[in-house]
Parts: sequence; structure tokens; C-alpha cells
Amino acid sequence: MAQRAAERPVVTAQSPRVRRFPRMLHAVFVYTMLTLASLFILLPVGWMLAAALKPDTVPVFTFPPEWFPTEYWHWQTFRTALFQEEFLRYAANSGFLVVMTVLGAVLSSSLIAFPFARLRFRGKNFLFTFLIATMLLPAPVLLIPQFLLFYQIGWYGTYYPLWVPTFAGNAFFIFLMRQYMRSIPIELDEAARVDGAGYWTIYWRIIMPLCVPVLTVAAVFQFMWTWNDFFGPLIYLDDPEKFTVALALARLVQRVGTEWNQVMAANLIVMIPVLIIYFFAQDKLIGGIANVGLKG
Amino acid sequence: MSMPSQQLGKQEIAHPQPRRSRAAAKEERVAYLFLMPWFAGLFLFLGVPLVYSLYISMTDRRLISAGKAHFVGLQNYVYMFTKDAFFYKSLLITMKWILMSTPLFLVVGLLISLLLNQKYFGMNVFRTILYIPAVVSGVAVAVLWLNLLNPELGVVNYVLIQLGVDNPPYWLEDPEWAMPAVVLMGLWGVGGMAIIYLAGLQNIPPHLYEAATIDGAGAWGKFRYVTLPMLSPTIFFLVLNAVIDALLIFGPLFVLTGGTGGGGPDNSLLFYMLYLYRISFVQGFMGYGTALAWILTIIGVLMVVIMMKLERRFVFYESEE
Repeated sequence: MAQRAAERPVVTAQSPRVRRFPRMLHAVFVYTMLTLASLFILLPVGWMLAAALKPDTVPVFTFPPEWFPTEYWHWQTFRTALFQEEFLRYAANSGFLVVMTVLGAVLSSSLIAFPFARLRFRGKNFLFTFLIATMLLPAPVLLIPQFLLFYQIGWYGTYYPLWVPTFAGNAFFIFLMRQYMRSIPIELDEAARVDGAGYWTIYWRIIMPLCVPVLTVAAVFQFMWTWNDFFGPLIYLDDPEKFTVALALARLVQRVGTEWNQVMAANLIVMIPVLIIYFFAQDKLIGGIANVGLKG
Repeated sequence: MSMPSQQLGKQEIAHPQPRRSRAAAKEERVAYLFLMPWFAGLFLFLGVPLVYSLYISMTDRRLISAGKAHFVGLQNYVYMFTKDAFFYKSLLITMKWILMSTPLFLVVGLLISLLLNQKYFGMNVFRTILYIPAVVSGVAVAVLWLNLLNPELGVVNYVLIQLGVDNPPYWLEDPEWAMPAVVLMGLWGVGGMAIIYLAGLQNIPPHLYEAATIDGAGAWGKFRYVTLPMLSPTIFFLVLNAVIDALLIFGPLFVLTGGTGGGGPDNSLLFYMLYLYRISFVQGFMGYGTALAWILTIIGVLMVVIMMKLERRFVFYESEE
């Protein structure tokens, strides 16, 4: 919304610059460049779709390459990828982790953001600075010690290392939610307190419902991270039945001989859920990224 | 109860009624109660592993023989710097990658965002398309590009031949061309940066451009003296992120190099994280791997510190409201 409003005045700001070129030429230039860039993105996707729709009997690689609307519409490949190659199972595994990590990250991060945004307590500024600092800590140092610790308590080969830590909050989300919660008038809390509401009621019944937009942004981000995560599943999961989509895909590539049509079908299966979420949430998502980029 | 008297005094001045003070104490208790999950996480998933990590890096800890780790002092580090040719090689490859990729991505991303910022019909369609590669899994992107970059039958070389290139490169199979291949793949995802640039561009107040026009600035003048300085915080944020991401890249390379912790042809794609993975999880030298991780962390922190220093010179912040 705010983005829309900001767009309008820029037109007037830029038109004088544009006047130096003939305006038509400028438009042609912009459209040409953007079309070329879009083709660079879309052609590989089109090739992938064409490859996935080929039956096993046809070579996946052809010279010249075949783009999306081809003669083959062999949807069977997708069925093979889903059932025979068990990508349905991997998607369900990833789905379980998505549910747990989204729940963990959203609930805990909002809980932690609440006092930073709405309560007065000693050490607040220090703790908040500390929170920001933890965002900058590179993950690799913690990788092996965390692995060994989880290994020692018997969590190797289970999903626990992949979702339990999300229940301790995510610094990036806490920051995002705290910014958002601060924009809600504090009078709401005061009025609720006069009516006898406790802090938990204020958090859960008043602030949380008002925070749905920022909670959505966090949920979408977490969905994408968990779905796309590779390193975590790679080091913690050993049983192929528990593999997530990204891990299963990497393993499929390693194993596959010539059935690249199935790999491409599996690849699309891995990409599509994220793309669907992205298409629905893109405005909110981009707004969220922009906020962090500018105010962070 | 354990409130320092000085603090108590301050609060009494702010809130004369003693009842408010008790309320403030309760507010504080509640605040810390809400923060408990965070504190627990800091302790369990950050503090303990961090200390443990320092210790492991000074042992010969292996993955299998859990109980039989010996304290070896700084030997891991000494070995790394004096005997480990792969350490230097992977460091060099990663630095080369950072130098080849980040400036290119930053500039191309900026150019695309400038195009997207033009007010023509259908810009949001282009925006949606260009951002697609940034949301899908890096592993999936690598799987796709592994095929596009196939030397004999891949799409990339087909296009190059059509454009008149006689002997297109062997990309991931040629030590010379493996790195440019990864850069090309990275370029595919550059729309992610463009979106953040775009948000920065749209936050530049239009009156600055108006003022520049009145002062007689042309298109370049406006870009140089309005857009760039106003965009510099965004650029700084992106540089910081791009360098850290480049330092930590793993998943796509794991796929491009065959998924066994190998380093590509002639180890030309043995990025630091790949080497760290190979040492720790393929060969099982957890102690040495952790030492490698610490050096990577120190390099990362040094880079951030240097960039923060440069920030003061190059980044322009609007005065506080």
C-alpha cells in the first residue's frame, strides 16, 4: 500500500529526464531490456517444463533444445516422480517441517518481540542491541558443535534439530515484529489494562490479531527457508524415508543415469509450492524485505 | 527487591505514586518472562555451542570415536596454515568467487531495478518474473543449470553456437570455466537484489529530483548526485549481504560438483564451505572442521568490520527526523 503511494509522485520527477530522449525510444529501450531479462529467466524454466513432459523413450537433450509448448505432454513423468520416486513423501516430510518451524518461529518471535515493543524493563536497549548482533554471527561456527551436541542427545537422524531451535525465536523476525508492534498505539494496551486485562491477554488478544500482516511475512519467509533448506537435512537426516525435498532432489541427481526428464519433473515439484506462495504473498513479502533493507 | 536504590529513586520521580512502582516491577517481571524462550535459545543453541566449538577446534575430535578426543592445542590451526594446501586453495577460490560475482551482481541488480523503476504499463509483471529465481531452492536452481550448462547438449552452448561462438566452453567440466559457470547461474537470481534496490529507489523523495532539475542536472547528474547518495544505505545493506552470502554459498555448489563433497574438475570449485563439509562430514574430522569454521568466521567478521569502516566514508544517511 505504502509502496503504491510512493510510486505516483516519481512519475513527475522522472519525466523531465525522460524528455531528453524521445519518449517513445525510451519506452522501447526499457521494454526491450526487461523482456530480454525476463526471457533469460523464463527460457530455462520453459526448457525444464518441456524436458519434464517428455516420455522416457525420447532424449531429454536435443539440439536444438525444445522449449515449453512441445509435442510431448507426458504428464506421466510427474506421476513417476511423485509416486515411484516418492517425491510426495518428501513433500510431506518438508511440509511437516514447514508447519513446525512456522509455528515455532512465529509464536516465539512474536512473544519475544512483544516486551521489546510494548513493555518497559531495565536492560531493554542492551538486550535489543545484543539481539541485532546475534543476527550477524555467521552460522558455520555453530554448525559442528550444534551437530555434535544434537548427536550426543540422540537427535541425529530425527527431525528435532531441524525444528526445535525455531521455538527459541528468530532474531530477524523479532526485529521485524518489534518494528511493527511499535506502530500500534500504546493507548490500546492502557485501555485494556484499565479493563483489567493482563499482559498475556494484551499480547494474545489485542496485539497478535493486529500483527497478522507481519506474522504472515514471517510465516512466508520461514516457509521458504524450511522448504529450500539443504544443509540442515543433509547433515542430520540419514534415513531416505525422512528426506526433505531439497535433499531428495540432490540425491536423485547423484543417482540418476539418463532419466533427466524425471529429475526435471521432481525439480518442478520442488519449485512449485514456493512459487505458489510467492505469487500470493509477493506484495507483502517484498514490502517486508524492503523494510529490513532500509530500516535495518 | 534487588533493585538498585538509584534506579528506584528515578522511578519514584517519574511515577510519584508507589502503586505505579509496583506495577513497573511487575511489568519488568512479565517482560523477562516473555523473553524466556529467547534466553533459553541463546544459552542452548548459541552460548553452549560457541564455547564447545572453541574447545572442539583444539581437539582431534572425529565423528565416529566420540569419546576419544584429545586436546591438541593450536595444532589444527598450525596445520591449516603450514601444511594444508586445500585450505589455501579453497580460500583463494572463495575470494575469487566474491570478487567475480558480487560486483557484477550488484551492478546488474541496480541496472535492472532502474529499469523496473520506470513507470510504464506492466512493470509489476516483469518484477514478478525477475524475482522468481530468488524464491526457489538453490538446489533446484543448481539442478536446472547443471543441465543448461551441459557442454555438448546444453541450452547455453546452443545459444552461444547460434550467436556464432565456434568452440563454446565446457563450463563445469573445465577448470578454467567452472567458476564463470557458477557466476552465470548466480546472475540468474540477481532479481532478488533488484527488488531491494527498487524499494530503495521508490523511497527517494521526488522533490530531490525536482530540485536537481531546477539546478540544471541531466540524467547522469541526477543519478550521480541524487540517486546514488540516496540509495547508498540500500547499497551498503546489499553489499554486506552479498559478501556474506558469497562466503557461505554451499547448496548449489554441492549439486554442481556432484554431491559427494567433491570440488569439481581439478578442485576448481572447492569453495570454503564445500571443503569444510568434506573435512567434517565426509572425512569426519570434526575438530579440524571446527577450526576451519573459526577461520571462516574471523574472515567474515573482518570483512564486516572493514565494510562498516568504509560505510562511514561512502554511505549517506539522511539526518534523523
